[in-house]
Amino acid sequence: MIPAAFEYYRPTDMAGVIALLQEHGDDARVIAGGHSLIPMMKLRMAEVPHLIDLQAIDGLNGIAISDGTITIGAMVTQHEIINSAEMEATAPIMKEAALQIADPQVRYMGTVGGNVANGDPGNDMPGLMQCLNAQFHLVGPDGDRVVDARDFYEAAYMTDREDEEVLTAVSFTAPAGGFAYEKQKRKIGDYATAAAAVQISKEGGKVSAASIAMTNLSDTPVWSEDAGAALVGTACDEAAVKAAVTAMLDDIDPTEDNRGPVAFKRHAASIVLGRAIARAWSRA
Amino acid sequence: MSNKMHVKLNVNGEDHEFLAEPRELLIYALREKLNITGPHVGCETSHCGACTVTMNGKSVKSCTVFVAQANGAEVTTIEGLGTPDALHVLQENFKEHHGLQCGFCTPGMITRAAKLLEENPNPTEEDVRFGIAGNICRCTGYQNIVKSILSAASELNASKEAAQ
Repeated sequence: MIPAAFEYYRPTDMAGVIALLQEHGDDARVIAGGHSLIPMMKLRMAEVPHLIDLQAIDGLNGIAISDGTITIGAMVTQHEIINSAEMEATAPIMKEAALQIADPQVRYMGTVGGNVANGDPGNDMPGLMQCLNAQFHLVGPDGDRVVDARDFYEAAYMTDREDEEVLTAVSFTAPAGGFAYEKQKRKIGDYATAAAAVQISKEGGKVSAASIAMTNLSDTPVWSEDAGAALVGTACDEAAVKAAVTAMLDDIDPTEDNRGPVAFKRHAASIVLGRAIARAWSRA
Repeated sequence: MSNKMHVKLNVNGEDHEFLAEPRELLIYALREKLNITGPHVGCETSHCGACTVTMNGKSVKSCTVFVAQANGAEVTTIEGLGTPDALHVLQENFKEHHGLQCGFCTPGMITRAAKLLEENPNPTEEDVRFGIAGNICRCTGYQNIVKSILSAASELNASKEAAQ
């Protein structure tokens, strides 16, 4: 479990990070908490000749909430998400999801930025960010740009981020209504067999808006527009939930692995989405 | 092979400086460079928690931290919590309640529990079980570990009250 050798850098400003990325291109990677990257490097599934540590960069920490917009710095850890009273008050789905990620020690190190930028279909935050219609903030040699979470993921570990760019923050409008993050996993610390992020708004006893995203059921997170649309205008009754689940099943494309065959994953996806809708509706 | 770098670590209140390759894992630096062998190498894949130490106020699995990342950090291991002559309250309670059998997971378990009680001095049984979910014990079935931690929490709280 010894990774290939690398040069280590701890720049103190973003210009320094970008200069290193420009100099080394594909041979360089940034490291935040390292709890996805280090295991991959130890297994030698990732080889990173130039490792750029972001821990000394200012401005990547902290949660800011103003005018109904929540901005989370890339280096904010899952532990910080769980313990932020402000976050719990404005976007409680973040805490509910973060508590289901890995285990306590990993949550002290694992960051929101790493979780969303890595592009691992098993990570929970990408689907959640799509459910919340979040924006990802990137900085590169040509300046800053913003990408919708729903447009960011291309395939497993392939994202819209260029090699010379760094994801610095995620932001989203404080969600309204009821919420739920439901995750089926084999044990604490495991990635999801299936997980669902759901936000539902209610008006006059009917669903006025719904957003649904699924995790680890395709090579990218899956925001199912049709699943959400199937709930809108209904009283979230059994038929509506069934229609949403059917729409979701059309959008996912799970593969067989050690968490089970495709049929089982589709079954698990149906169950977790049903539970998530029920819980979100009860809180709406 | 990459160049070695100067690494500075404060471990259990003592400053250390040594040369290491950046890729060396913190657990090996502690055990093999500094001879601090309380934290153990269990799974080496961030699952078991036997290598848990406190780094800059966080419980971390030292098998999943490069020594380069830890450069400049303050680290506390089981050796920094108690000594054979003056056991930590958690160590006393693990002893009292048979919170260990083979003892392999115990240093990581107690180091994690110490941080847990620091953040949550009045945990419920569920809080304790959730809080030590990153530490695996293959002997006890956890019953006595949970009992030990809850008992240590009461004892710590009682001594705090007595001091007031």
